[in-house]
Amino acid sequence: MTLDRRSFLKLAGAGVGAAGLPMIGRAAELMPKGAKRVVVIGGGYGGTIAAKYIRMMDKSIEVVLIERNDHFVSCPFSNLYIGGVIKDLNPLTIKYDKLAANHGVTVVQAEVTGIDPAGKVVTTSKGTVSYDRLVLSPGIDFRLEEMKGYDAAAMEIMPHAWKAGPQTVLLRKQLEAMKDGGNMVMTVPLAPYRCPPGPYERASMVAHYLKKNKPKSKLIVLDANPDITSKGGLFKKGWKDNYEGIIDYRPAKKVTEVEPGKMTVLIEGLEDVKGDVINVIPPQRAGQIAVAAGLVGDDKNWCPVNPTTFESTKQAGIHVIGDACVAGAMPKSGYSANSEAKICAMNVVALMNGKETTEMSGINTCYSYITDKEAVSVAAVYAVKEGKIIAVPNSGGVSPADFSAAKTEAIYAQSWLKNILTEMST
Amino acid sequence: MTMKWKGWALATGVLTISAMAQAAPPSAAMLSNACAGCHGTNGGSAGPSMPSLASQSKEAIVEAMKKFKNGERPSSIMGRIAKGYSDADIATMGEFFSKQKLHATNQTVDAAKVKKGAGLQESNCGRCHIEDGREGKDDTPVMASQWLPYLHMQMELYQSGKRKMPEKMAEKVKPLSNDDIEALLHFYASVK
Ligand SMILES: Cc1cc2nc3c(=O)[nH]c(=O)nc-3n(C[C@H](O)[C@H](O)[C@H](O)COP(=O)(O)OP(=O)(O)OC[C@H]3O[C@@H](n4cnc5c(N)ncnc54)[C@H](O)[C@@H]3O)c2cc1C
Ligand code: HEC
Ligand code: HEC
Repeated sequence: MTLDRRSFLKLAGAGVGAAGLPMIGRAAELMPKGAKRVVVIGGGYGGTIAAKYIRMMDKSIEVVLIERNDHFVSCPFSNLYIGGVIKDLNPLTIKYDKLAANHGVTVVQAEVTGIDPAGKVVTTSKGTVSYDRLVLSPGIDFRLEEMKGYDAAAMEIMPHAWKAGPQTVLLRKQLEAMKDGGNMVMTVPLAPYRCPPGPYERASMVAHYLKKNKPKSKLIVLDANPDITSKGGLFKKGWKDNYEGIIDYRPAKKVTEVEPGKMTVLIEGLEDVKGDVINVIPPQRAGQIAVAAGLVGDDKNWCPVNPTTFESTKQAGIHVIGDACVAGAMPKSGYSANSEAKICAMNVVALMNGKETTEMSGINTCYSYITDKEAVSVAAVYAVKEGKIIAVPNSGGVSPADFSAAKTEAIYAQSWLKNILTEMST
Repeated sequence: MTMKWKGWALATGVLTISAMAQAAPPSAAMLSNACAGCHGTNGGSAGPSMPSLASQSKEAIVEAMKKFKNGERPSSIMGRIAKGYSDADIATMGEFFSKQKLHATNQTVDAAKVKKGAGLQESNCGRCHIEDGREGKDDTPVMASQWLPYLHMQMELYQSGKRKMPEKMAEKVKPLSNDDIEALLHFYASVK
């Protein structure tokens, strides 16, 4: 805290307020607010789109996007990198310069450290920023208190790779360095977590790599859930057809403790499992900043929102989208975050102008690769009914069970990634 | 609003305009923006195989969505998505995308094929795919600047019989060689 304050005071110039008095307890204002300003926190799947669409719909609103990093690495397709199907993370990486230039979004690279909902001010590592409305898309953080022994140091030994970037690279390196005959262990938390089919796609991609490169090795999946949480039938068929004897899937095995020194994970104090490479996907909650701002609901984990505007039901003037929010039937995925961002943007613009809001209509799609050339998908269309977001009956669903479209879907999935990342970055 | 509701709102401290107001039904942009995660902002696809919808004719979109919905046209995913929308929603989205600017693409096309295709298109396809594919007669789709891999995939579906070709189009397509068809697709992909 002190360090933070010192560093932004330095950045602000002199640590002296406008009246020439030393500023105590309050950071310097980074940029004075004009007539109408929306601040967006998080430059990922949700935040970039909210910022862009607000500007597309109303150029009179100033939009400030605050993101801690100068680039963003997509989790979607990061499993293909771990499995060696794609060679580097460049196609998954976006920058913010074109988004800023094309739409006049002010992008600030800073860590948001606090939100004052009453004063309508966010505090960042570079100074404070005032807002009329705030949109939060901070993604997830981990419930480390539910995974004993899993701290920052343990993450360097047993990577989660559930936020893409250095963690993804680390897991890939460990897998490559593993000897043929070694075992990888992967743990899956109880739902809800970011990307329901994500762990099973990862298992498929790891198995694809092992089959080709380490035929004596195995992947043990310890799943806290009673069964595969998404596209279960498709994953099971895909694994049977391609990875028999490679994937050892164990449902209802909740890992609660890790021992990095012994390369061991413990299942509710009953059983321990050793691995040569261990991928721990811990239980999750809304990004820390949303918790700190008092936006999480009774479950203390996720942020309840109005299904039309995605405005928090805990704090007026603050909207929450993406993984962090509870969007009824919409799962925690990149496509959902994209769709929610546009719904939120449209209604934020309406509210800023005192106009009528519009009921939501949204989509989710999630492609998962089973092999390097086959993918399956789940899709749904969402609408509001009786105040809740529901999947429109008799629509959506998963790919055909016989994998008849799997090769075509693997082709379209690549275009999906290209389009959604282009939406976010231009 | 009713007393009961206001009481609840006061009790929970949530009394915002958004919660008070009755929301309008989904607008054209509300419906259509959701498609953009796959088809690109305003329907302009970054490719290489996902089709652009920007500037597609309304009739062609409505026809495609109807056929996706009832299974008449094969699809990997659009059938599941189209079932989520009413005919009115579909018409609204068709209108929205038809009003967007053509998404001109800079694809790698073979110049010789483009030239050959340019010579073939008017007499073979031009009756329906008018203005060099920038427009379509009735429900004929716009093909100008459409992604080449997509055109290839759709042509394969036609020729394998999985997607039903309009009879009059089939009459024109059947006599042509594979090289002719290939040239025509390169031509349409190159039109801006
Ligand atoms: C392995 C894996 C595979 C996946 N595959 C798919 C897929 O195929 N399809 C799909 O649809 N989804 C997929 N997902 C899910 C998808 O990644 C998430 O649902 C999506 O990223 C959620 O978007 P978001 O905006 O909520 O969060 P994010 O995209 O994570 O963005 C949050 C951003 O906020 C920033 N931030 C957070 N706190 C602060 C702060 N205090 N100050 C400044 N910046 C901050 C972060 O740095 C980050 O850039 C996958 C996830 C994983 C882990
Ligand atoms: C998950 C990605 C995805 C989403 C979301 C999506 N589409 Fe598609 N769309 C496709 C794919 C892939 C095709 C090719 C057909 C197929 O295999 O399903 C396609 C084809 C189409 C076509 C035919 C285009 C042509 O010229 O032949 C239309 C029209 C269309 N989509 C409209 C829509 C509309 C309207 C929406 C939003 C309600 C939408 N799509 C949402 C992936 C998507
Ligand atoms: C008689 C009118 C007609 C003629 C002539 C015609 N087409 Fe078509 N074309 C159509 C219609 C109508 C469709 C959409 C039909 C459907 O629903 O599948 C179509 C669709 C297509 C498509 C799929 C586009 C998409 O977006 O899905 C391709 C490719 C195509 N035509 C190529 C050709 C070529 C090449 C020729 C000339 C050799 C040709 N057509 C001649 C009417 C015609």
